[in-house]
Amino acid sequence: MPKLVIRDDRCKGCSICVEFCPKDCLEITDRLNPLGYRPVGLRDPEACTGCAICARMCPEVVIEVWK
Amino acid sequence: MKPVFVRPQSLTDKPFHFCPGCHHGVIHRLVAEAIDRFGVRERTIAAASVGCSVFLYDYFDIDVVESPHGRAPAVATGIKRTNPDKFVFIYQGDGDLAAIGTAEIIHAANRGENLTVVFVNNTVYGMTGGQMAPTTLLGQPTTTSPYGREFGQDGYPIKMTEMLAQLEGVGFAARVAVDTPARLAQARKAVFRAFETQLEEKGMGFVEILSSCPTNWGMKPLEAVRRIEREMIPYFPLGVYKERKGSDAL
Ligand SMILES: Cc1ncc(C[n+]2csc(CCOP(=O)(O)OP(=O)(O)O)c2C)c(N)n1
Ligand code: SF4
Ligand code: SF4
Repeated sequence: MPKLVIRDDRCKGCSICVEFCPKDCLEITDRLNPLGYRPVGLRDPEACTGCAICARMCPEVVIEVWK
Repeated sequence: MKPVFVRPQSLTDKPFHFCPGCHHGVIHRLVAEAIDRFGVRERTIAAASVGCSVFLYDYFDIDVVESPHGRAPAVATGIKRTNPDKFVFIYQGDGDLAAIGTAEIIHAANRGENLTVVFVNNTVYGMTGGQMAPTTLLGQPTTTSPYGREFGQDGYPIKMTEMLAQLEGVGFAARVAVDTPARLAQARKAVFRAFETQLEEKGMGFVEILSSCPTNWGMKPLEAVRRIEREMIPYFPLGVYKERKGSDAL
């Protein structure tokens, strides 16, 4: 299974990654991170194919993808 | 496990100061990927501009000279001419490149300076609070055109890529966007081509990237992303406007 490393302490909750994930794996959580944003989380790890579209679209380089 | 996507080595680990959803972050990353791809990190010097990208020196693990507003092409000309073995790129916003620095970019392009230019067009002066730029679209409200830009008073949005592509000194000119995964892939290629143009000594490699400024457009990040396709691309068509081929080197 692919592995996402989400450095959610630097996420700004813009939800661009959520919008463009073709498998709808991601979601904006209701936690607050140290920056005061609601960071992204992996909602459905089983569905993730490791395509890295989320990582490429993210303006903050929050996500790393390993396969 | 193998990496599918990891942070480019040419970016430092410092988090960006950009607003949520701002495309400056994506564009910084593309440039860092190009530096890594061509293995030029140890010999790269950038000339940064004034605008929201003013902290370029904090985010890239390279040498950066901060230029006065609009003057990055002149600063970069000096760096490249005195250090022709260095790889030199400029990163400028549209207020910087297409307003106060119009003379510098046109003449650097016309002289065929062997530089790579990353031009970030977000249709406003971002850093100073969203004033009208020469690139602001007709009808677009800004803090200095509260009823929308009107051509009778403010003129038309300027198309820099089309203009510069006509100059003999320009080896490569393209306009791209980073609002969808497919366009992002095209943008990455264009940034790489603008790097190669300098490495092959074919004159200026110029890439204009349509970029979002959610804060000064008064939009949420995803609305701002959608505005690029809805309003910007129809007026600023994407594509490669000039590509000097192998044999016709400058
Ligand atoms: C000589 C001078 N005039 C004006 C300014 C104020 N100023 C700072 S940033 C900026 C506009 C930047 O806009 P743009 O180049 O579009 O970049 P963005 O912030 O949108 O990325 C202006 C006018 C300045 N710093 N120096
Ligand atoms: S695109 Fe990046 S900054 Fe935006 S919500 Fe996703 S991980 Fe966070
Ligand atoms: S003001 Fe606009 S250009 Fe500047 S960081 Fe914020 S969104 Fe980006």
